[in-house]
Amino acid sequence: MIVAQGLVKRYGAFAAVDGISFEVAPGESFGLLGPNGAGKSTTMRMVGAVSSRSGGELKILGLDPDRHGPDIRSQLGVVPQADNLDTELRVRENLLVYGRYFGLPRRVVAERADELLSFAQLEDRAAAKVDALSGGMKRRLTIARALINDPRILLLDEPTTGLDPQARHILWDRLFRLKEQGKTLVLTTHYMDEAEQLCDRIVVVDKGSIMAEGTPAELIRRYSSREVLELRFGSDRNHEVAQALQGRGDRIEVLPDRILVYTADGEQELERVSEAGLHPITSLVRRSSLEDVFLRLTGRSLIE
Amino acid sequence: MTLVDHAAEHRTGRGGVAALYAGNARAVMYRGWRATRSTNWLVMMSGLFEPIFYLLSLGVGLGALVGTVTVDGREVEYAAYIAPALLAVAAMNGAIYDSTWNVFFKIRFAKLYEGMLATSLGPLDVALGEISLALLRGGLYAAGFMVVMQALGLALSWWALLAIPAVLLIAFGFASFGMAVTSYMKSFQQMDWINFVLLPMFLFSATFYPLSVYPEWLQVVIQALPLWHGVELVRGLTTGAVDPGMLWHVLYYAVMIAVGLVFTTKRLRALFLD
Repeated sequence: MIVAQGLVKRYGAFAAVDGISFEVAPGESFGLLGPNGAGKSTTMRMVGAVSSRSGGELKILGLDPDRHGPDIRSQLGVVPQADNLDTELRVRENLLVYGRYFGLPRRVVAERADELLSFAQLEDRAAAKVDALSGGMKRRLTIARALINDPRILLLDEPTTGLDPQARHILWDRLFRLKEQGKTLVLTTHYMDEAEQLCDRIVVVDKGSIMAEGTPAELIRRYSSREVLELRFGSDRNHEVAQALQGRGDRIEVLPDRILVYTADGEQELERVSEAGLHPITSLVRRSSLEDVFLRLTGRSLIE
Repeated sequence: MTLVDHAAEHRTGRGGVAALYAGNARAVMYRGWRATRSTNWLVMMSGLFEPIFYLLSLGVGLGALVGTVTVDGREVEYAAYIAPALLAVAAMNGAIYDSTWNVFFKIRFAKLYEGMLATSLGPLDVALGEISLALLRGGLYAAGFMVVMQALGLALSWWALLAIPAVLLIAFGFASFGMAVTSYMKSFQQMDWINFVLLPMFLFSATFYPLSVYPEWLQVVIQALPLWHGVELVRGLTTGAVDPGMLWHVLYYAVMIAVGLVFTTKRLRALFLD
């Protein structure tokens, strides 16, 4: 569906995207994971055929976006990072009008609008003003709008950023249904849990380049241990204690507020730490996540 | 359509016309119609009254003091003298409202065009659709004003019927050029410059008195501005003082429309399809 090879986007001397290569297969749910400013949105704009590349190769549905922008866009659904719903139109009108932008017949658009309102759980809001919707509802409407042309690929740029936990779960449920229906999803996120829930395969992006690629489980296996022991000794003592902990587990990571010990068995490691006479204020054993993968790859955390 | 071909040539870099134009400007107009219908048709009507108030206060009120004016060797009532100028102004106002402030808001705040250009629409679809809407609004104001002119007996010639297409041409010119200028504006302060240009142009473009009162250098300046051409064109038609030289005014607007479309399309492309 999408083939990118050595994709580059430069703004002046600055390379926002610096030689990214990846492929997305039909029906796959593919994630670009990285912190703000990593080049995810720029990549999405190039894939969305609204930004031309400065270098490299890009094929979307077999077409070159530089030559076939409108053809490609007619088969994509785009959910941008910031909502750009039409606030001068009502909820259902947003779908009707957007469908017309694709040149679809009025009857088809009207039918799909009703189906999509039901999919987005917004039937009872059909005649509401857009500004009266909650953040989660606006996102759902944006997703419904992106589906009005029955796209082959759905592009989602930070789909749940800024939403409360409940709204995020509703959204994930909707997106998961699309995935089950076989839609190809491409999404960017800086949320680990989101990537783990929705993505079959992930590339970790930082500073415009790809750091790693794989399924969430593969990445964790490759770049982290099974479990993580989080220890807090208070910000003053963390550094001092870190010296004493050197060599424990597979690896340790010292953060300003806590120390992470990567190990196959967190409980056992905690016991050993206590035996050594070190008593953390709080401790936590958890499973490794993509956050740890990112930390390992870049030495930085994802949300700064 | 030649305008489309012309704009296409101005596309920078790769690709062909397909990237600029999907032949679907009507979808943009449909959006405008629905938006107007559901939110702001009252606001829209308010712009119609401005030139009517000028006509009543200056034409009828001041006209009682002025008496008659000589146009092309014929005496006409003062109200009949300024009415065609105000008709041109009505067309300009309608076109300018939609193509400047409304467009500015849509570009900078509502991100409307960003959404449109993520679909199969091209920048020329958006430009043509929005400009056509502004043109319709200008045409609507002008039509309303013509009804008033007719009721007051100020349309003096059968040529006045041709004032309708003339007025649409004027509205098209201002809509196209106005949207082009607006697409380059970045702040509210810059937008205020538009008003700074429009007001003196309205007052001094032979609207209320003949151009001959000015020194020659100022006449040349006024004659370079678009409203003067509109005023002369419409005045010639409604008073019946028609001559072939009026085709220059038509040409002026044709160029204005073409230049506006080319630059609007280029700019929308640069802004949203980098």
